[in-house]
Amino acid sequence: MFLRLLPTLILMLALVSIVLYLIPEEKLAQYMGEGSGISSWATAALFGSVALIPGFIAYPLCGILINSGVAYSVIAVFITTLMMTGFLTLPVEAKFFGWKVSVIRNLISLAAALLIGLTMGFFL
Amino acid sequence: MKKFQKYIFPLVFLILIGLSYLFDFATGEKIGLNFWMFFKEMILFLPLMFILIGLFDVWVPRERIEKHIGLESGWKGTGLVILLATLQAGPLYGAFPFAYILWRKGCSIRNVFIYLGAFSAIKVPMLAFEIGFLGLKFSILRTLITLPIFIFIGYLMEWYLKDKDFEVTQ
Repeated sequence: MFLRLLPTLILMLALVSIVLYLIPEEKLAQYMGEGSGISSWATAALFGSVALIPGFIAYPLCGILINSGVAYSVIAVFITTLMMTGFLTLPVEAKFFGWKVSVIRNLISLAAALLIGLTMGFFL
Repeated sequence: MKKFQKYIFPLVFLILIGLSYLFDFATGEKIGLNFWMFFKEMILFLPLMFILIGLFDVWVPRERIEKHIGLESGWKGTGLVILLATLQAGPLYGAFPFAYILWRKGCSIRNVFIYLGAFSAIKVPMLAFEIGFLGLKFSILRTLITLPIFIFIGYLMEWYLKDKDFEVTQ
């Protein structure tokens, strides 16, 4: 099971590494930094959705972003999409759940992340 | 041939990274460093996940899964599945095989998706990290808001997949 998944996993990790190289922290902070307008929300949701990034990388990254002035609600969207939705990991997910269900799960999670961000913005 | 095809991209990628190091190509080296970071995580967590899956498969009988987190398990089942997910660690793709074994042993569709939600969004080992970098208030709020939302997603997926012969495959 593990060895059968390995080529797909390596492919996915390779793509994630390339994406992460193309979008450095400063760029992220710059795009998400403009208050909490629509554009920063869209950036957070978009970048967050591309890859599945594990907590021990995601949280320090979010700490940096908060320190550069990104709003907490935007961070909530970013972190939720980072962990729950991964369009690059879809090939792996589809092996277990099928393409249709995987895409639906990711889209619902994306909507959920936005809802979570909105609610967080209301409290923080 | 088809079997060989899926190895081509990973191989080309690894060769390119290797060449980057050989010729001091900075872009390739940085991508290689990122890759190494993710690869380490995978190599650390996935085998653990598969051991867990193996033990789970052997030790936990189907009747028990059906009874506690199956179709008629109710809120107790939801709580149990969340507890199970939050105590585990690792990337979400590590949860897919575990979700498969849960489903095969009779866990309900709803609880499979609640498991995935809890696994990705709320993890006890990660909570310390979150509090450290984003503060206690943020973590508590995020956890409390996220919890009902992915339980709702579980119900939504169950409702959507109810009559659709949905299967988790290996």
